[in-house]
Amino acid sequence: MTLTAEAPTTGTSTAAHTAARKRRKRSESLAGYAFLSPWLLGFVLLTAGPMIASLYLAFTNYNLFAPPEWIGLENFTRLFSDPNYQQAWKVTLTYVVLGTPIKLLAALAVAMLLNNAFSGKGFYRSSFYAPSLIGASVSIAIVWKAMFIDNGIVDQVQQFFGFQAGGWVGDPSRTMPMLILLTVWQFGAPMVIFLAGLKQIPSELYEAASVDGAGASRKFLKITLPMLSPVIFFNLLLEMIHAFQIFASAFIISNGTGGPARSTLFYTLYLYFRGFQDFQMGYASAMAWILVIVVGALAAVFFWSSKRWVHYSGEGK
Amino acid sequence: MSTMSTVTSTSDHIVSSHDSAQLRRSTKNRKRGRALVFHVSSLVLVAIVLYPAVWMLMSSFKPSSEIVGNVSLIPTDFTVANFQKAIEGIGGVSFWTFFTNSVILAVGSVIGITLSCSISAYAFARIDFPGRNVFFALMIGTLLLPFHVVIIPQYIVFNRLGLVDTFIPLLIGKFLAAEAFFVFLMVQFMRNLPRELDEAARIDGAGHVRIFRSIMLPLMKPALVTSSIFAFIWSWNDFFGPLLYLKKPDLYSLPIALRLFVDQTTTSDYGAQMAMAVLALVPVMLFFLVFQRYLVEGVATQGLKG
Repeated sequence: MTLTAEAPTTGTSTAAHTAARKRRKRSESLAGYAFLSPWLLGFVLLTAGPMIASLYLAFTNYNLFAPPEWIGLENFTRLFSDPNYQQAWKVTLTYVVLGTPIKLLAALAVAMLLNNAFSGKGFYRSSFYAPSLIGASVSIAIVWKAMFIDNGIVDQVQQFFGFQAGGWVGDPSRTMPMLILLTVWQFGAPMVIFLAGLKQIPSELYEAASVDGAGASRKFLKITLPMLSPVIFFNLLLEMIHAFQIFASAFIISNGTGGPARSTLFYTLYLYFRGFQDFQMGYASAMAWILVIVVGALAAVFFWSSKRWVHYSGEGK
Repeated sequence: MSTMSTVTSTSDHIVSSHDSAQLRRSTKNRKRGRALVFHVSSLVLVAIVLYPAVWMLMSSFKPSSEIVGNVSLIPTDFTVANFQKAIEGIGGVSFWTFFTNSVILAVGSVIGITLSCSISAYAFARIDFPGRNVFFALMIGTLLLPFHVVIIPQYIVFNRLGLVDTFIPLLIGKFLAAEAFFVFLMVQFMRNLPRELDEAARIDGAGHVRIFRSIMLPLMKPALVTSSIFAFIWSWNDFFGPLLYLKKPDLYSLPIALRLFVDQTTTSDYGAQMAMAVLALVPVMLFFLVFQRYLVEGVATQGLKG
């Protein structure tokens, strides 16, 4: 008797309960979108919208003044036979492929040097980090240029050691080493990240390896590198994507020309010249989309290959 | 048998205690030696790494003829004439105009980023709503997206709206959380805050706005400080954005003013160039000296670039 009387009341109360829960869920979703709205608006207006627009423009001829004219794949076919465009890839890839590993090797080496129990670590860490804050600025590009110019201080040092001098800024074969040195100089940011990663490696691993008679190089190869691989992955991916986008230093050092002899005609520089000096907005959009596809593919390969070489400790979690 | 073993063990003990004293002394010596090697090599490295920056600073006090090719850091002819020239500015626009423009842009960036990114980050970190994971993945995706693919349409639209030669194109993204790095940083920070805090507040009847304002924001102070410092410095050093959108010299920010200055002064006037380069970096260096702990920790935990 009591049972049958009770059953319907619980029924209605659960119905009311689910209704209330539904209402709460809806208001929760509403709150979610309300809080997300700044990012959502920015994403639609400043990222997704422009991406679609530039995809359309990539198939058009557009100079900002007359309406865009559909030309199909012409921008792309023109790009592939454009010697300046090929040069832009050559310059950019050389910079990415040489600059990034050298910078990260320097970062790792100094991080390992600093990962000792000695005092004064904070001071060294901050000092090495400082160039990362100012390295991409126009000020440093000007200083770099003054240092590497004909008869500049780098020349003086070279001559002191008996090397042939003559300045780096005007020599097409030396502008790339000069810009790579500038990026290597900013090894501090990845170094700080490496240092944080090194600190996470449990010292018992090294102690156990010592007991087993492992030497320093073996410990480095079998413990440090695998344990550090997530950090190496992160640094490599970020630094590479960063390197593709170099602009200010190359622009300043080449006086806004990409010279001498197109030796500093980086991808971003060439895109800027085409898009914002010649107003070939369709052509520049095609360039931008090819870059997105290449960087995207590179990142995908990276993530895919990471399964083989990146070890996450505590994988079970 | 048992006595033998005790004897040997005690003699062992004697020997080993004698040995360990010697060992301790020698490891202590070795450790001191290694510390010396460490400090010497680190200091040499610091000197090499900081040399270009110090050379720039010292060169700004040298007469122009004494700068190029002069490895020495100490000016033989100390002068502040370079700074007087730099302060005069270019084409009738004073240095302080550029400086003010840079300050407006940087402060605007800081306000925009801390507001918009913290609000959006709260949605990602604390509210459950359909599509959240998809949006989060898209947000991470924009971290890796080359900026080239959005600047052309953005420029076309801002140009059509007559917003070239205003600060709006440079600031609007900051107020719309377009800098995904900061959203990510704040989401990570919020996720590490104990959930019991907001659950307790919810039981007391607080809504999301109250929880965000009176619980999250005060607790997020470290993340907000780190974001503010980076937002300021990145905006301060930005070259590409101002190059695109600022055409009138009296709207120039410092980096593009500096480029114009280098273009217009004769190439031999290195002194004035160095002085202006130094002045353009002063706020960044001040931020670095005051907040280096926040900066380095921010990089270490979030992988932020300089």
